[in-house]
Amino acid sequence: MSYLESNARERVHALFDADSFEEFLPPSARVVSPHLGQLNAPVSFDDGVVIGSARLAGNAVFIGAQEGGFMGGAVGEVHGAKLVGMLRRAVIEHAHAVVLLLESGGVRLHEANAGLIAVSEVMRAVLDTRAAGVPVIVLIGGSNGCFGGMGIVARCANTIVMSEEARLAMSGPEVIETANGVEEFDSRDRALVWRTTGGKHRFLLGDCQMIVADSVPAFRAAAITGIETCKQQEVALSLTALEQEQHLLTQRISQFGTLIDPVDIWKKLGVPQPELLPLLEVDQFIATVDHLRLGAR
Amino acid sequence: MVQPVNLATNLTTSTLHWQTIATELFPLGHSITELDHFLSGSAQTSIGTIAVVGTCEHEPIGVEIALAQARFILDTVREYPQRPILIMVDTQGQRLRHRDEMLGINSYMAHLGKCVDLARRQGHAILGLVYDQALSGGFITSGLMADACYALPDSTIRVMGLPAMARITKVPEERLIALASSNPVFAPGPENYLRMGGIQAIWQDDLSGQLELALQQQVNCNQGGDQRSSLGLARGGRKLAQPVIDAILAGKNSLSS
Repeated sequence: MSYLESNARERVHALFDADSFEEFLPPSARVVSPHLGQLNAPVSFDDGVVIGSARLAGNAVFIGAQEGGFMGGAVGEVHGAKLVGMLRRAVIEHAHAVVLLLESGGVRLHEANAGLIAVSEVMRAVLDTRAAGVPVIVLIGGSNGCFGGMGIVARCANTIVMSEEARLAMSGPEVIETANGVEEFDSRDRALVWRTTGGKHRFLLGDCQMIVADSVPAFRAAAITGIETCKQQEVALSLTALEQEQHLLTQRISQFGTLIDPVDIWKKLGVPQPELLPLLEVDQFIATVDHLRLGAR
Repeated sequence: MVQPVNLATNLTTSTLHWQTIATELFPLGHSITELDHFLSGSAQTSIGTIAVVGTCEHEPIGVEIALAQARFILDTVREYPQRPILIMVDTQGQRLRHRDEMLGINSYMAHLGKCVDLARRQGHAILGLVYDQALSGGFITSGLMADACYALPDSTIRVMGLPAMARITKVPEERLIALASSNPVFAPGPENYLRMGGIQAIWQDDLSGQLELALQQQVNCNQGGDQRSSLGLARGGRKLAQPVIDAILAGKNSLSS
C-alpha cells in the first residue's frame, strides 16, 4: 500500500494496530473553519486533519494526520487547535509517543494571521510534549510535502521518517521563483526540486533520521523503531544536544555554503557517482550512503 | 554575507531605527551592537541586566542570521543563567533563496526556536518586541516563541502581502482589502494580532516603563504555558481555537459555547 497515494484516514487505519484508532472531534462533530466561508471557500468537516489515539505495536500513542487533499494540508485556526489539543492530551495521558503524519504547505493563507499563530502554537505544543518526556515522531511521505511553518514544526520533533518521494523544506519552489526569478529556483525543474527538498538529500544532511520506501508498512516499521530509539535517548531538549546541533549546522554552512547544487554536496560528502543517487532504490541508497551521512545518531 | 537586494521589499523604507528604539527602551544604557543587520548585546534595566538579540532593516532570515541568533541565546543560557532575553524583531521573513533551501533553512529556523524554548525552560524570561516589521517564518521562530510578544503601534505583522496572498488563494485582491478593514485575520496591523492573542500588548509610549513592567510580570509569573489561544478567545479575535482545545482535553465531541 503506497503511502504517497493514500489519504490521511487510510494511512491512519493502515499504519496503527487494527481497530485501535479512536478519533477526537471526528467529521461528525462538524467543527469547521470559521474563516473560509467569507471567502466562499469550501470547508471540511475535519478541517483537514485527523487526530486521536491508537495503538502502535501495542503501545498507546497519540496521532495527528494532515490531509493533503484539503487545501494542501494547510494549517488554519481549527486545524492547528486540533493538533495542539491532541498534543496536550498526550502529555496529560502520558502517551508512549506522538506520531505526526505531516503533509502541509504551512500556514493556510485564507486564515492568514490566525494560521500563523496556530502554527506557532503547534510548534510550542510539540516542544511541551517533548519536555514532558513524550517523544514526537514525524512521518513525511505525502504528495504535498512538508513546507512552511510545518517544515519548522517537523524539525522540532525527536525523529523524522521520510520516503524518498517525500519533500521537506521551508519556502516552496514556486514562492522562491515568484520572489526572485526562475534563474534562482526553477519550480518546474522537477529533478532540481527533488534534489533540493527530497528525502535522499535530507537523509544525507541529517535532517531526517530514517528513510523508507513508499509503503505504509515501511512507515509503520520505521515509526516503531524510531520511538524505541528515542526512548533510549533524552526526549526533551538539552543544552548539550542543542550545542551539538549548533555545531552541525555551522559546519554545514562552512562545508557546503558556497556550493550550487545538492549534487555538489553529495560529491563533497564522498558519495560515489553522486549523479546516479536519484536512481537508487532505498535499500541500495542506504547501503551506499549510510556511513557518509551527517548527523547520524 | 552580502545578498542581492530584493527590489520588491525594498520599497518599504524603514522609519524606525533600532538605535532610536534602544535609546528609548534603555535609558540606563546598553551595549547592543549591529553586525550585518544582526543585533546582540546587553542592556541595563532597573531589575538588572538583560540580554538583547534580534535583527534590523527588515533583514530576511537566512541560515547565517538564524544561526547567529541561536549562538547568542545558547551563550546566554550557558554564561548568564536566568538572565531575561529580549528579542527585537524586524524582518521581512525567511530568505527566499535556493541556497538556503538546499542547506535546510527549516532546520536552522527550528534550531533557533528550540534554543529560545530551552532558554525559557531553564528559567530565562523571554520577551519579544516587534519594533518595525514581522513576517511569517522570521516571526514564528523569534517573537512568537517568546513568553510574551509586544509590538509598537506602527509596526507591521503579517503572513504575506495582500497581492501575493490574492495570487495564491485566488481570492481577488479587492475582496481581501475589504476583508482586511473589518477582519483581524487578514489585516496586517499589530492590533489584530493583539485581538487574536499573538501579541500581549501594544506599547504606545514610555517604552522603558512598559519594558520593565513586562519584565517584572514575566520574571514573577510562574510560566503557565502557552496562553495565546485563551487570550484570543477572551479578546474575541480567535473564537474557536480554545474551545477546540478544551473539547479535546475534555474528551467531548462537540464544542461547548
